[in-house]
Amino acid sequence: MKAAIIAQLTFREGLRKKLVLGVILLSLIFAVLYVWGFHLFVQDWRAMEAQRQSRGATTILPYEVFASAMVLLGLWTVNFLAGVMTIFAAVGTIASEIEQGTLHAIIPKPIHRWEIVLGKWLGYAGMLAIYIGVMVAIVTMTARFIGDYRPPNILQAYGLILLVAFMLLSLTMLGSTLFSTVANGVIVFMLYGLAITGGLVEQIGTALDNDILVRIGVIVSILVPSDSMWRLASYLVQPRIAVNFLGPNPFGTTVPPSSLAVWYSIGYTVVLLLLAMARFQRRDL
Amino acid sequence: MTSGALPQCSDWAIETYSLRKAFGDRIAVADLSLTVGYGEVFGFLGPNGAGKTTAVKMLVGLIRPTAGTGRVLGRPLGDHSARRQIGYLPELFRFHDWLTGEELLDLHGKLYGLSRAERRRRIPEVLELVGLAEAARRRIRTYSKGMQQRIGIAQALLGSPRLVILDEPTSALDPLGRRDVRDLIRRLRADGVTVFLNSHLLSEVEAICDRIAIVNRGRVIALGPMSSLLAGDLAVEFRLGALPDGTLHALERLIQVDAVQHGERPVLIARAADEAAVAHAVDLLVRAGVPVYGVIPERRSLEDLFVQLVSDEQAESG
Ligand SMILES: Nc1ncnc2c1ncn2[C@@H]1O[C@H](COP(=O)(O)OP(=O)(O)O)[C@@H](O)[C@H]1O
Ligand SMILES: [Mg+2]
Repeated sequence: MKAAIIAQLTFREGLRKKLVLGVILLSLIFAVLYVWGFHLFVQDWRAMEAQRQSRGATTILPYEVFASAMVLLGLWTVNFLAGVMTIFAAVGTIASEIEQGTLHAIIPKPIHRWEIVLGKWLGYAGMLAIYIGVMVAIVTMTARFIGDYRPPNILQAYGLILLVAFMLLSLTMLGSTLFSTVANGVIVFMLYGLAITGGLVEQIGTALDNDILVRIGVIVSILVPSDSMWRLASYLVQPRIAVNFLGPNPFGTTVPPSSLAVWYSIGYTVVLLLLAMARFQRRDL
Repeated sequence: MTSGALPQCSDWAIETYSLRKAFGDRIAVADLSLTVGYGEVFGFLGPNGAGKTTAVKMLVGLIRPTAGTGRVLGRPLGDHSARRQIGYLPELFRFHDWLTGEELLDLHGKLYGLSRAERRRRIPEVLELVGLAEAARRRIRTYSKGMQQRIGIAQALLGSPRLVILDEPTSALDPLGRRDVRDLIRRLRADGVTVFLNSHLLSEVEAICDRIAIVNRGRVIALGPMSSLLAGDLAVEFRLGALPDGTLHALERLIQVDAVQHGERPVLIARAADEAAVAHAVDLLVRAGVPVYGVIPERRSLEDLFVQLVSDEQAESG
């Protein structure tokens, strides 16, 4: 399978990209801050609890609501960084390699063009799976060992954040077969931003009971379902009591997308990848 | 199945029929029909922008022709099964320059489907062949432009191809490097490899090619064996002793005399149909008792031919 050769090359190359290294550095800083922040939060909570007990007051909200909010914040950041990293890593994957000429010696070799696209996708996907896995593990371990808290459904959440990254990867790669690197970067970041904004609009719509706002959010999530998959992840990774307490909010939702939406997102990811292959198949270099 | 000859479905290593490529309004290749035989070193010549690179890209499947057809090693253009047997050096190439030379060749060896053992044997061979054995473990980023061109050639030869297509292989090389490439091509010819050489460097093509095509504005304006293209008229300069008029008239029946400089030692500029006519002319002079001090054939160079053909075309259309 020749795609594996390209996947391996892409994986190695991805780790060398400056922007990717930047995101990894940023992630390290985030990890340190997160561990520290969680530690401070637990200390504060304990102090408050002790104070409250000494006054004889009862606990209003259970600890897990706050611990869960900390986890949610951590995962939201991971999800966001993963999205940015995906786009940075793959934005020029076809376009800039055509511009630079690195593909000219590869395409005439006995390898199908679709194998090149698939190989690149797999290479980046592998890189992202590891990156997101490590980051989710950091968040989860911090919650567990510092906060003594275990969020539910963490594997599902990992899978969904991965799905978000993969669909952005397909989208970015498709764009890369169609546009120049710069144009593609602008377009994909705009769509990514649009998805996030659409998600916010939907939450506001839910909070205000405004149908039009909700509908706008739904339409955007059909165009780019990245934010809706994140919201499903956030819904699953919180205990019900925390979901109800937070209500509609920028980081989560009270109305989880259905399993149909998950299948739609998977289909979206696959179809966009197939379109990228088909487009590249016919492209002149 | 990685090696072994393809069934030979055709007598030609390359054949194209009315190949055409237009980029929007711009016609890069207008109508290209040519054949290249097995084992031939074929020179594809033309001024910048003539459409050489575009033509070659169609041959290796990088771009699709707008019209026309062709076969490479008996297979349709871009066909997969011929690719194992084709080595290609692109004109504007850049390799993944964070790899070492050896790693790059390993990558391309894998793409060719060479086994680990084959790669281990073949990579040092081609590195030696292009003179990069010493730089094998260095990152390509640290290579000079000429070394990058050499690693590009190494990559093209890696799969022991039957057909090697080189697009301006010496553009970044110094005179020594150019000679190395010439020697390399001669060696490939000796091994029976077909070489398609894209170049605008006439002397280079003249030195090594068996047959050539000259293209201008996407059309072939001359095609044939080097010897017959350069033949045509053979210019000869005769340096003589005294030249009686009668002998001159007799001479004019054998060769076309363009100019005579009379004097103590007359110099005669003439054109002959072929070398035999020159021999007859010398024979006639000697019989007539005219001292012959020198006979200097002025072979038409490829450059003359090229300049003539290309400027004729320019004049026609202009
Ligand atoms: N991708 C392209 N888009 C538009 N025009 C092109 C493209 N590639 C080549 N051309 C044009 O086609 C003509 C032939 O180019 P090329 O094949 O590179 O010539 P050569 O290799 O003989 O110098 C040139 O006029 C060039 O500008
Ligand atoms: Mg060219």
